[in-house]
Amino acid sequence: MQHSQDPGAGQSARSVSVVLAGSGGAGVMTAGNMLLEAAAHAGYCALMTRSSGPQIRGGEAAALLRIACEPIECMEDRFLVLAAVDWENVQRFNAEIPLGRSSLIVADPDQGEPPDVFLQSGAARASLPLKKIAKSVPEGRANMVLLGALAALLGLPDDAVARAVERTLGKRPAALSPSLAAVAAGRAAAAEFAARFPLAPPPVTRGPRWLLTGNEAAGYGAIKGGVRFVAAYPITPATELLEWMAPALAQVGGTLLQAEDELASINMAIGGSYGGVPSLTATSGPGLSLMVEALGLAVAAEIPLVVVDVMRVGPSTGIPTKSEQGDLNIAVHGLHGDAPHLVLAPNSVADCLGTTQWAVQLAEALQAPAIVLSDQFLGQARAVVDRPAELAAGPRRVTAAAGAPGYKRYAVTPDGVSPMAIPGTSGLAYTADGLEHAERGTPSSQASDHFAQLDKRRRKLTAHEYGPLWADVEGNPASDCAIVTFGSCTGPVREGLALAAADGIAARLISLRLLAPLPATRLLAALEGVKRVLVVEQNHTAQLYKYLRAECDLPGRVSSLHRPGALQFSPGEIRRHLAEWSRE
Amino acid sequence: MNEIACNAAPAPAMRGPNDYKSDVKPVWCPGCGDFGVVNALAKAMAKMALEPKDVAVVSGIGCSSRIPAYMASYGFHGVHGRALAAGAGLKVARPDLTVIVTGGDGDGYSIGGNHFLHACRRNVDMTYIVMDNRVYGMTKGQPSPTTEPDWDSKLSPDGTGLREFQPLVIALTSGANFIARGFTGDPNGLAEIIERAVRHPGFSFVEVLSPCVTFRPEQKEWKKVVKADALKPTADMTRAARRLLRDTGFELGVLYAGERPPYAPRGPRARRPPSELEARFAL
Repeated sequence: MQHSQDPGAGQSARSVSVVLAGSGGAGVMTAGNMLLEAAAHAGYCALMTRSSGPQIRGGEAAALLRIACEPIECMEDRFLVLAAVDWENVQRFNAEIPLGRSSLIVADPDQGEPPDVFLQSGAARASLPLKKIAKSVPEGRANMVLLGALAALLGLPDDAVARAVERTLGKRPAALSPSLAAVAAGRAAAAEFAARFPLAPPPVTRGPRWLLTGNEAAGYGAIKGGVRFVAAYPITPATELLEWMAPALAQVGGTLLQAEDELASINMAIGGSYGGVPSLTATSGPGLSLMVEALGLAVAAEIPLVVVDVMRVGPSTGIPTKSEQGDLNIAVHGLHGDAPHLVLAPNSVADCLGTTQWAVQLAEALQAPAIVLSDQFLGQARAVVDRPAELAAGPRRVTAAAGAPGYKRYAVTPDGVSPMAIPGTSGLAYTADGLEHAERGTPSSQASDHFAQLDKRRRKLTAHEYGPLWADVEGNPASDCAIVTFGSCTGPVREGLALAAADGIAARLISLRLLAPLPATRLLAALEGVKRVLVVEQNHTAQLYKYLRAECDLPGRVSSLHRPGALQFSPGEIRRHLAEWSRE
Repeated sequence: MNEIACNAAPAPAMRGPNDYKSDVKPVWCPGCGDFGVVNALAKAMAKMALEPKDVAVVSGIGCSSRIPAYMASYGFHGVHGRALAAGAGLKVARPDLTVIVTGGDGDGYSIGGNHFLHACRRNVDMTYIVMDNRVYGMTKGQPSPTTEPDWDSKLSPDGTGLREFQPLVIALTSGANFIARGFTGDPNGLAEIIERAVRHPGFSFVEVLSPCVTFRPEQKEWKKVVKADALKPTADMTRAARRLLRDTGFELGVLYAGERPPYAPRGPRARRPPSELEARFAL
């Protein structure tokens, strides 16, 4: 390996970020996945996102990885290594791959000069003839050479890399030994720079860890919560959630039905749930827009239902492959009429599991639709995480027993929840109705019935004791400053706040998991004594800020940090803003 | 538990058609054709001795979509045009239930048209009864997809100028497994068709000529033009298609009774504990 300038490194780091890039077919995603898994086998936590060009298949691609000693929930401000098999169109990812003077660009000299946008960072360069090395190995491929070189740079042990390669190629044994040989060749070629950016040793004792995406975590959380029927219509970036659930449901006695459109998928799910089977559908903004009418039906007919909205950049088709928190308004306010329902938001890849499971529990217990606001970042990021904690079993759907005398499906009860008759139960037949109805379920246009049913449907949600899961409340409880955020902003805010300690800044951090009904009393209690509140979110119009201000009297001076998506917040960006905020 | 005793309902053999009707008074105009469908449906259910608790009648929005509340079985009155989707979800999640979807021509052929196509080709084992009166009645007289092109209305003065939607043609070409046409003025014949439809495996479609006496009073004359038993069942799609080429829209009977197996989830199925799924994440 030759280099043009010594970047001056060698100190071990608790977190390192690297990018693998190249044109379609170069195999950078495969190599990236293997590096992620190798880091896991070596004892680290890790996170990987991917970027690709607009082509349906092929086209330039980049695997963005962060490997760390501790659990991580966002990417860093700088990548230490940009490694490219070739440079075709890789400059398109410039904004997503910030480099610095201490970064290293690893490139094959036979593939031409790295694009200026990367060189302008002042990053050092290292030449590695990937394709020539690959040719020296029978059936060897450049992406595996690159994997070996990166493992050497980061000081990842041989056995961890070999295990990752073996697990990935387990079904293609013919590819295994050439791949391992290419990895070894890459490692040898990079020997000069072995451990250039070494990772600090991982914690010695560490419980089991899982490798999964947020979409997969949400799918598993749904099944843990009891979902056994899913109606599905594909949409980026929610498709993988549904694809993961199809075989998973078949394994646990459930069913997935592909619908002709989102209007059908949500109505199918409502039909399944009316039949007594906990049901779910997943979609993204355009699909959620189509589902809004049926969500109102689930409210009025009191049918439990979970809709996972993996938010992408909107409006309209927007940027399907990028993340934004722009669907908060439609999720909370989109339904016509007064239609109380649940809106929840997971705040990490791993939390997609617990929050979706909780959403199923709440929807079932409260006989109401629940929207889970995930997003493209959480849904599609692959992460190595500590095995998520078990969520306590929640309350289940209250059903009516056969032959209950004088059964009224929509009986006005103290807590607003009325036992639901499941078809097949003798003596309780009723009609579930989106028409306003009397307690028996018979259509009614009487104002008194309308008031009573509106009240009961609201009371179900407002009287429920949601417990400690309503938010993650962290930071310094003695501070008179607080940050309120939700979803995928939580990772960078948490890390940015930790960095800001070096600037003498401390704050409470409240990451809301339950967005509707807004737990205003608990939120205000968590903000007790606070003089300044900062609301952080990723959209163009400060949707969370406005919602919070409308719903409760936030204490002190309240300000907003909001910007639209495509690019996630970084910890450094949060830190810089907190410094400004502290001077305001 | 003795459910019948708790229910205080008559034993199955004792149930007459009236035991399948609820005590809710229909909102329909006097003379509405849809009364005949309630009667025929109740008659068919009694004939089959179905347990009301094991039947779900599912509908969307419109005059005829009010039927679920008028039956003594379980009912689902959802949003406009989506009854087939709700019915399919219910049947796939609960294969033990008998699912009967009801609605009108606007609900089924216009706003729900896409679901009609896909319900036919999906072939879930359920019955779809469309009460076709060639008008939007609940909104007081607008043309529907089956309305004649020159029918004058406030919304489309001098007519729509559009050719009529052909429900039986669409059903046949889309893959419905059972296709029939009935007339509400012939409740016995209709009950027989409904019974055959419910018994036939897969997606059964019954188009019912159901006059709207308020907005289409001329449809009272339908009783003079319908031809009972004019359609004879065949499992041969080509024969059924040929028969449709000379269809006037008033021939009654079963057009097609196919042999396609109903929808069933494919691939291996199991009932393992969910925790086994964690193996997919473990390192």
